[in-house]
Amino acid sequence: MPNVALNVALIGGIYSNYHALVATLDDIANRNVDFTYFLGDLGAFGPHPDRVPELLRARNIPGIQGNYEESLASGRADCNCGYTDPRDNVYAQISYDYTFEQTSDDHKRWMGTLPKSIRFDINGKRVLLSHGSPRRINEFLWRSTSPDPFLHRLCDEHDADIIICTHSGLHWHKAIGHGRHVVNAGVIGRPANDGRTNVWYTILSIDDEVRVEFIPIAYDHDALAREMRAEKLPEEFVATIESGWWTTCLESLPAKERMASRY
Amino acid sequence: MSEHPHVPMLSLDTVWFQVAGTICNIACTHCFISCSPKNHSHEMLSLADVEQRLAEAKRLGVKEHYFTGGEPFMNRDMIAILRATLQQGPATVLTNGMLLRREICRQLRELVDASEYSLDIRVSLDGFDAASHDAIRGAGVWDRVMIGLRNLAEVDINPVITVTEAAEGAGSEEGRAQFLDLIRSFGFTKPRLKVLPLFRIGAEVTRTHGYEPWEKLTTLSEEDASVLQCSTSRMITSKGVYVCPILLDYDEARMSDTIEESLRPFPLKFGACHTCWVDGVSCRT
Repeated sequence: MPNVALNVALIGGIYSNYHALVATLDDIANRNVDFTYFLGDLGAFGPHPDRVPELLRARNIPGIQGNYEESLASGRADCNCGYTDPRDNVYAQISYDYTFEQTSDDHKRWMGTLPKSIRFDINGKRVLLSHGSPRRINEFLWRSTSPDPFLHRLCDEHDADIIICTHSGLHWHKAIGHGRHVVNAGVIGRPANDGRTNVWYTILSIDDEVRVEFIPIAYDHDALAREMRAEKLPEEFVATIESGWWTTCLESLPAKERMASRY
Repeated sequence: MSEHPHVPMLSLDTVWFQVAGTICNIACTHCFISCSPKNHSHEMLSLADVEQRLAEAKRLGVKEHYFTGGEPFMNRDMIAILRATLQQGPATVLTNGMLLRREICRQLRELVDASEYSLDIRVSLDGFDAASHDAIRGAGVWDRVMIGLRNLAEVDINPVITVTEAAEGAGSEEGRAQFLDLIRSFGFTKPRLKVLPLFRIGAEVTRTHGYEPWEKLTTLSEEDASVLQCSTSRMITSKGVYVCPILLDYDEARMSDTIEESLRPFPLKFGACHTCWVDGVSCRT
């Protein structure tokens, strides 16, 4: 008898974009989704960082820590985002300082209780949720620098058939053979650097096969932009929300992704 | 017994290829392995050499491949080597930019378009202008690099400009800003920049001076080890597998014939190890 499909919604970095989170959760509610998980980086970039944890906690949505939660919960002085270029780090620090200041101690404590990874089996497939990669919370897994032999090694070393990650901000899926899949679920915090204002989340469906669907989510980005300005967040961040093009934290992009980028 | 800390091999992510050996069309006064037209300490790698190593790298689940020399584009197999590599994973080439002729750039662009993986070209500059650059790299080099950069821009390949701290103030905020403006002036609207410190070995010893006896590592924390590139990379040359891209003049830095045999700890006994540790250097982009 064929296996019954189970559908898992995966929400990547939220970056305090609670408008997009509400729209995403509404979309999930209208689909045949069995489980929903968030993948960390609830804060950064956007305004009013307490609103995202409030919503996730109120709805009892499970998920894992990103580097942001790890840093906020442990009182680190920076986000440990993994950038190496000073141009990236300047903006990362502005985001982090704002988010650290505006996140309540109660939410920080809750963030500290979140696991670093979650594992489950569906229809014989071992699924592993991680933030950056299964081995490092702030590793950027870009499509153009994640070759199949390397992804197989990650699956081998971490006993997984399906690895899910976020952190880099761009969604992709590679079926690497032997029934294995690696999926970057994208983020709902900011657009995918493609000149469109929508954001993306992911639905993973597993029956006898594995299917990955990236779902575009339109949301009230004008309202978000207004609130970001009111909070005096950098105009560069607002421009990204309004234009769909990244204006900051671009230096970590590999050649191929950078070529497709406006800035 | 050892007075030097050993760096563990944590995960082989990066494989370097000394694809042009120590053979270069110029002889920079700061070159840590004294490359020149006549330095044959390490010979060029053939396409067959590289293909054999790529097969090893594939078995070991390597993430990325870097090519250096010497001047990689002196290797006549270079385009074929990159084509083979880009079927397997991402590639980065470190070049002095002098041989980036139109035809080569056109072929590079074809490789970019044909691969799902990133191809990055890193071009070295050692000054803000011809005078300072050529003082390190030789008379007339700047002008030829400018032609190479123009040819890259024509095919819309956006290089990472790599500068060393031989360029006075390159690492400071002002120095970086000045370099970014310079790169923009070449026609690259998304300027990319990497700044590297100098290793006081090879030719650099004559230009400035070598390491002091105290410039050695005595301890190494787990976190330090994970940052050092020798915990995640190895270098292939015509002579075998070396611990890193820097220590090619030291026989003790040759670890093995095969990559797999080289995946073991290494004693950090060299002055250059101190530079990597102090400056947090990675030769990766």
